[in-house]
Amino acid sequence: MKETIKKPVLAVGPFHPLQEEMEFYQLTLDGEKVTNIDVRISYNHRGIEKISETLQFDQVPFLVSRVCGICSASHPLAYVQAVEEIAGVKPPERALYVRVIINELERIHSHMLWVGLAGHFIGYDTVFMWAWKYREPVLDLLEEITGNRNNYGNVKVGGCREDIPNELIPKMLRELDKIEKKTEMLTKAVLDDPIIHARLKGVGVLTKQAAIDYAVTGPTARGSGIAIDVRRDDPYAAYADLDWNVISQPEGDVFAKAVVRLLEVLESVKMTKEALRKLPDGPITIEVKEIPPGEGCGRAEAPRGETFHYVRSDGGNRPVRHKIRAPSYVNVPSFKASCLGADIADVTITLAAVDPCYSCTERLAVVDGRNNVIHNYESLLQLSREKTARIKKEVGAPEWKLEDI
Amino acid sequence: MKQEELKSRLNEIKDKLIDIEQKTDTRIFLSCEAENAYVVNKFLFKDLALRFVIATGIDSDDCFEILYHFSNDETGCIVTVKAFIRDRENPAIESIAPFLPGAEWIEREIHDILGIDFKNHPNLKRLILADDWPEGVYPLRKEVKK
Repeated sequence: MKETIKKPVLAVGPFHPLQEEMEFYQLTLDGEKVTNIDVRISYNHRGIEKISETLQFDQVPFLVSRVCGICSASHPLAYVQAVEEIAGVKPPERALYVRVIINELERIHSHMLWVGLAGHFIGYDTVFMWAWKYREPVLDLLEEITGNRNNYGNVKVGGCREDIPNELIPKMLRELDKIEKKTEMLTKAVLDDPIIHARLKGVGVLTKQAAIDYAVTGPTARGSGIAIDVRRDDPYAAYADLDWNVISQPEGDVFAKAVVRLLEVLESVKMTKEALRKLPDGPITIEVKEIPPGEGCGRAEAPRGETFHYVRSDGGNRPVRHKIRAPSYVNVPSFKASCLGADIADVTITLAAVDPCYSCTERLAVVDGRNNVIHNYESLLQLSREKTARIKKEVGAPEWKLEDI
Repeated sequence: MKQEELKSRLNEIKDKLIDIEQKTDTRIFLSCEAENAYVVNKFLFKDLALRFVIATGIDSDDCFEILYHFSNDETGCIVTVKAFIRDRENPAIESIAPFLPGAEWIEREIHDILGIDFKNHPNLKRLILADDWPEGVYPLRKEVKK
């Protein structure tokens, strides 16, 4: 079959695809089955790796927190860890705990965002409303401790910029208790729902071997039975001092990924509470004057998987090379393994299951054997929702919706 | 794989390497010439079952370096293969994408930004440069102004 559709041309230069960016998928179909998938990225390139070479070591965290709004805690963290490795410094204990708290709050709100959108994609807008409502207080907490709902700008080489005031801890614990209860309720409601089982189980399966070959990370790997998590495997910040579990599921389908994310939210709430209780007293930063020549690798577990930063220094005040690898860079190409042979109505949710950016799916187009565009984003969403409605009928679910209660 | 086992198994490919440098307990750097990189990477991925993280392309002054980062998740050790491409006129290296589909994108990216030819790559078309970007201009090379 011939490659199709005139390609839109927008971007320039080297880049780094993370969630909030545009991607273009082109599917080739045989009847209802997907026979080929082509991805085109780089519509929103900003040349961050090149810009980084022009900034001083201290300025780079602000730059890399703008790689992605949602992962604006894990990118700077991975970067400063790489630089701290070069300089051979260890930040004070309290700073390590503050880093954990901010990163875990980030994970909670990011996973909630995904759960809501996944619900929306399969026509379960109640889940969408719930998840996003419960996500809101998490952003409020982040705003209270860092001044921003996203782009926290709190981490620096040698520690943190802003402390969490001790007076705030009781309030945060109270809020987290509330969030935990609501998340438990949401998790049960989603995981016990027979329609969600019927709709998501066995859909978009990424086998363990494919997950290894495509080198995927994060919930995408853990949903395929590969229990890797940088927080445990290469402990950074204060993760080694905390009591928590790595969640993994063997099935590899969309449902497994949903289970992993929902249960991880609960683990993160638990971890944040423990870190707040254990928060040691003391300074939050040490002075780092010079970065010696050398190279370092820093990594952090972002909500979507391992974020990897490689930094090389020549002893000057700027990095000579700064490589950034976001988790979606390896997760996105695994669509090739999970979408081929899939039902067209399952494609939106399969693509969404690795939690890439959602604006990407708006650029989804489907062509038939004669290269005519037969589906756009709206009609694909409609197909996905119709399938849920069909399943509802088959399992004899009542006609009314949850929001009617 | 435990750390001791990893270190002893790395000796099996010693004749392909220039140097094994252990910077810390969990950071190992292997350097080799470009023509040996394929064998070394295949050994790490297939025989030692390390997870591929990413590759970094660097324009060093007298050569190009491709750094292949692998992770041993059992111990949190990052093994980096540093391959030197000495020919600056026609830089080329064997692609690892045929046995490692996860490396397909990054090789296309390095091809775009540094102009390195990955031999036997299944699909070496542009990944991140626009269609109207001029041929032969590689934005991450040092001669391109910041």
